[in-house]
Amino acid sequence: MSNPVTATNGAQFAGMATVADAGLQGMITLRGDLSSKVLAAAVKAATGAKVPAQRKIETSESGAAAWMSPDELLLLVPYEAAVATTAELAEALKGEHALTANVSDARSFFTISGEGARETLAKISPVDLSPEAFAPGDFRRSRTAQVAAAFWLEADGSLRLVCFRSVGAYMFNLLSNAAHPQSAVGVYQG
Amino acid sequence: MSTRLAKQGRLIDRSKQIDFTFNGKRMQGYAGDSLASALLANDQMMMGRSFKYHRPRGVVASGSEEPNALMQLGKGDRYEPNQRATTTELFSGLTAASQNHWPSLEFDVLSINNKLSRFLTAGFYYKMFIHPRPLWKHVYEPIIRKSAGLGEAPDKELKDADSYEHFYFFADVVVVGGGVAGLQAAKAAAASGAKVLVMEQNSHWGGRAPVDGGTIDGDTPDAWIEKILQELRGMANVTLRDRCMGSGVYDHGYVLGYERLTDHAPGQGGPRHRLWRVRASQIITATGAIERPLSFAGNDVPGVMLAASMRDYVVNWGVNPGQKVVVATNNDDAYRTALTLHEAGVEVVRVVDARDTGGGELMEAVREKGIRVELGRAIARVKDGPRVTKVAICAQNGEGGAQEEVEADAVAMSGGWSPVVHLWSHCGGKLTWDKEQAFFRPDPNRPPLGDNGAGFVVAAGSANGNLGLGAVLEDAAAAGSQAAEAAGFPAKSVAASKGVAEDEALMQPVWLMPAKADIKLRMKTWLDYQNDVKVSDVQLAAREGYESVEHTKRYTTLGMATDQGKLSNINGLAILADSLGAEIPQVGTTTFRPPYHPISMGAIGGEARGEIFQPVRKTPIYDWNDANGADWEPVGQWRRPFAYCRSGESRHDAVNREVKNTRENLGLLDASTLGKLIVKGPDAGKFLDMMYTNMMSTLKIGKCRYGLMCSENGFLSDDGVVARIDEDTWLCHTTTGGAESIHGHMEEWLQTEWWDWKVYVANVTEQYAQVAVVGPKARKVLEKLNNQAGGGMDLSKEALPFMEWRDGQIGGFNARAYRISFSGELSYEIAVAASEGQAFWDALMEAGKEFNVMPYGTETLHILRAEKGFIMIGDETDGTVIPQDLNLQWALSKKKEDYLGKRAHLRSHMADPDRWKLVGLETVDGSVLPDGAYAKGEGVNANGQQNVIGRVTSTYHSATLGRGIAMGLVKHGPKRMGEVIEFPGTDGKIYKAKIVDPVFYDKEGEKQNV
Amino acid sequence: MLILECPYCGVKAEETELASGGEAHLKRFGPGSDDEQFHDYLFMRENPKGVHFERWRHANGCGKWFHAARCTMTMEVFGTYAAQAYEPPQEIKDKITAKRPGWSWREFSDASE
Repeated sequence: MSNPVTATNGAQFAGMATVADAGLQGMITLRGDLSSKVLAAAVKAATGAKVPAQRKIETSESGAAAWMSPDELLLLVPYEAAVATTAELAEALKGEHALTANVSDARSFFTISGEGARETLAKISPVDLSPEAFAPGDFRRSRTAQVAAAFWLEADGSLRLVCFRSVGAYMFNLLSNAAHPQSAVGVYQG
Repeated sequence: MSTRLAKQGRLIDRSKQIDFTFNGKRMQGYAGDSLASALLANDQMMMGRSFKYHRPRGVVASGSEEPNALMQLGKGDRYEPNQRATTTELFSGLTAASQNHWPSLEFDVLSINNKLSRFLTAGFYYKMFIHPRPLWKHVYEPIIRKSAGLGEAPDKELKDADSYEHFYFFADVVVVGGGVAGLQAAKAAAASGAKVLVMEQNSHWGGRAPVDGGTIDGDTPDAWIEKILQELRGMANVTLRDRCMGSGVYDHGYVLGYERLTDHAPGQGGPRHRLWRVRASQIITATGAIERPLSFAGNDVPGVMLAASMRDYVVNWGVNPGQKVVVATNNDDAYRTALTLHEAGVEVVRVVDARDTGGGELMEAVREKGIRVELGRAIARVKDGPRVTKVAICAQNGEGGAQEEVEADAVAMSGGWSPVVHLWSHCGGKLTWDKEQAFFRPDPNRPPLGDNGAGFVVAAGSANGNLGLGAVLEDAAAAGSQAAEAAGFPAKSVAASKGVAEDEALMQPVWLMPAKADIKLRMKTWLDYQNDVKVSDVQLAAREGYESVEHTKRYTTLGMATDQGKLSNINGLAILADSLGAEIPQVGTTTFRPPYHPISMGAIGGEARGEIFQPVRKTPIYDWNDANGADWEPVGQWRRPFAYCRSGESRHDAVNREVKNTRENLGLLDASTLGKLIVKGPDAGKFLDMMYTNMMSTLKIGKCRYGLMCSENGFLSDDGVVARIDEDTWLCHTTTGGAESIHGHMEEWLQTEWWDWKVYVANVTEQYAQVAVVGPKARKVLEKLNNQAGGGMDLSKEALPFMEWRDGQIGGFNARAYRISFSGELSYEIAVAASEGQAFWDALMEAGKEFNVMPYGTETLHILRAEKGFIMIGDETDGTVIPQDLNLQWALSKKKEDYLGKRAHLRSHMADPDRWKLVGLETVDGSVLPDGAYAKGEGVNANGQQNVIGRVTSTYHSATLGRGIAMGLVKHGPKRMGEVIEFPGTDGKIYKAKIVDPVFYDKEGEKQNV
Repeated sequence: MLILECPYCGVKAEETELASGGEAHLKRFGPGSDDEQFHDYLFMRENPKGVHFERWRHANGCGKWFHAARCTMTMEVFGTYAAQAYEPPQEIKDKITAKRPGWSWREFSDASE
């Protein structure tokens, strides 16, 4: 067993926002009936969070649960715990029609922080990222330039973004380019 | 001559002198100058030559409607042709050159075309060059390309030094245009609480109101603009962007804004242009109006300018375009130019007003200054030359006789105004003809419609056909409230600011000056300056039967230049209507299409260039591959090593080495790109039986099965190995490019057809790094890893037989091992977590040293499978091939009542015994058949082409067999074993090949099953 | 560039988030159908100027398929609804009737006629 590595291996770029590889993150795809009490209990046990409402993310101290579609959640757990938690979830959902899959290694995970975070993302994604339209706790799947991504806003104003691992390097370059220090738009920052 | 005035110039800063060059000549201007105003200040009236006749041309306008003053700007990797001098802000070190002349602007050889203009009429190219065809390509086109044309294309070896970007923005109301109308509308809309974005194409706000004069709320327009800007800037719900042109309006409230960030300060860092991709609930077009030229002979001679533009040069930039000016007009506004010129100390030689009754109080004011005003008069002609010298004046209502000639060095002309209706029209807004003012204006009853079926564009101010200052402001305030309300914000009535300007008398449409100008004059009367279209050309087109305005446009090229006919459109229409004896509204306009004004390709491309031109998908082993000689091959968006070339080794040699080593020793393939889909649920077996042609529901847990997928119309779409994981879970492998599309295909059927089936699908392709460990020593290397780790899964033939899979540990890695083989050799495909993929690969390379391990690429993969006669989706299939063509009947379940493609296979063409079928092909001489070559049949088809009876689908040199091998589809192929058929190559050679069994190597399949 | 509201995630998605999937409410014909039925199912499609029913997928989003009723001429969107439906919901049909009296599309039409 070796030390696992992310696709972009700790890369960082500081411009009008700071773009950084957020490191290894346990992620579990859960498909099932989101209104099921059994599922809600399993999600709670796995992440400490409740089942999120449409296009929301619920966070707890140990994890989070994000709304991917009417029958899919993305669960965030510590990377080391992902394999075991996936198995525990599957066990807890045994009587239910559900699917769990550990996708921790299938993703790249980034933070976009600083005053220019919203504007950086708004250059590549056709989503209204104004403070009125996108607030902490909101979760959105969309397009970022030419690839799919999901992102949300933390309470501190920084963004988290998840995409497929194979395009991790593309995403890092894309975000770094958008965060060029002299490219502030000046609509979401002073 | 044109010079800088001692006073005036509200936009320039005389304390900041700026050096620039034009055609290599050093010149000076001031901060705030446009390139055009700076050139005029340096007495450079002539700024280019025309497209077709190479006539000398000067600047006509002061804004984006300018047709003549096109420049080649910058140098090297910042060079750009066809830029308007009028929209180029002057900066220190700017280098400009005029274009379309040879050898120089002043002396141009091709101006001989001017003398030949009699022969270069409308449709000349169509008529002249239609026959004989070859002459077009070799003679006419090269000559025309040299003589007619715009600026030179940039050096193809150089990359644009600048960067570009997009920005997505959402607003309730977007106001296009930051003139007084736009600002007033923005204020009214913003008062309701709506989120408002205002885009202004210039670096200064307020449009032309400060030049035109009058008062707003008792203040000068400049003071009012400053005040309202301050107000708007203080509102959190308002965003103001200057140097940002609203370039197009598209479906459902989509607006593009073209922001020029560093054009005025190249190299300052950051993106050069930003394309705003805005979604608006409502759009207000406050885009103003454009003055129309008058159609008289010589109206293109340098020094003839639009009257209001001439006024702009004086007021905005302190430049006088001439010393002695003739003003020609059919309306009152041009009198303002006469007053402005007079005030600036320029001699106004004459005001020639085509109206018999003349104008109102503005005319009186001009007369009071002692300027001579002549009514019912016209310009007969301006003398040809590089600069206005003489102007002949005659009666408007005549043919141009009884001319009086006056000396002048500039002419200010005004044929009335046309509202800028482009953005209103882009997405289907309709126009109505305003007879009194002789222009098309937006028809408020027929706006472009949004997704809710209601109008989403409101025109405001002069863009809406309201020309007076008072009317402009009132209309704009109403438009602002209307848009905000339509966007869902309760109307808050905002009193319009009160604009006061001189009363104006009615204009009188003048489409030709003089009204009955003879042919000699009409042949020198320009409609479209940039494309060199004259009144006589449009009349000729009408005589030749062109009635549709769209056809006339294309025949004469009227309005087809880069200015899109901003000046020529209405004048041309009027001439066409007159020639056809029709009314202008019956003839109608051509279609207005975005962009309003050319925008850069860079802005359209945005960030997508260089490294991020497109996503490159990388496996966890990408960096190692790259560092170890990978000769990359794109497979979809993935990059896969074609082969690993050692230093000094050719591709071909590398492939041969890899093939031999894999067959004899040990090869490693980075197979991470193969799609992996988990299909789970009580109905998963039933579902997969529909997806695959063969039976998947009966697959035993722990086992693998090769499966085929067809589309509903029966064609092969994908293949791969399916593994049964547990009672209700399967894992489906897809082809490299197929993961996303097959995932989508499964979801589509589950969501839209069998939505009551309990099945979930998840794409886990990228969770794993998958390595194919292939060759006689495959088991040895894996067992060695296990020994080193002190244990691991049992990989023996008995514990893990061919076509089965197991979970466990290999070399200390959590792994899933599949005993599957696409090479015919002993082979394990091993999946580990992607994050550990590189470490696992390293461990294999290290442990494999004693077994002579080598990585191999996709070409070796292809050769190994071709030697075994395994088909490849995309080689043997092309979307028209069915499983039966590939002798894969064994994979078509007869037990199943239904699966995708089953019904289609019963269609007559699918069951046709004459379909081409898969065979192996061996060249007679051992050479390699050309890929894609067709096999010659008997005779010719109905088109006289050689009949064909088959084609090559895969072809390689087999290092194992030491000869060329191929697969192909051949008519009745399997029944023609041993027959030799001919494949003509594109190299002129005929390749002879024998039809053989497609399995070239280890026909019994013993090697993979050890 | 169109915007359609995804009925599953509530996003007013612009066209670049969406993938179009052709005509809506096709009835699948499989084994047992005659040649003409199968041919029509595979190949025959409506191409109306006006009211149209289509399938779309929120591809760069929640991944769900849905239906859209819109006017091909004016781009007006009458509504979007779930993919799991054999015909447009009454509410959408009523809305179309109100805006396009006398409309018809395949087997569906203005019920007031």
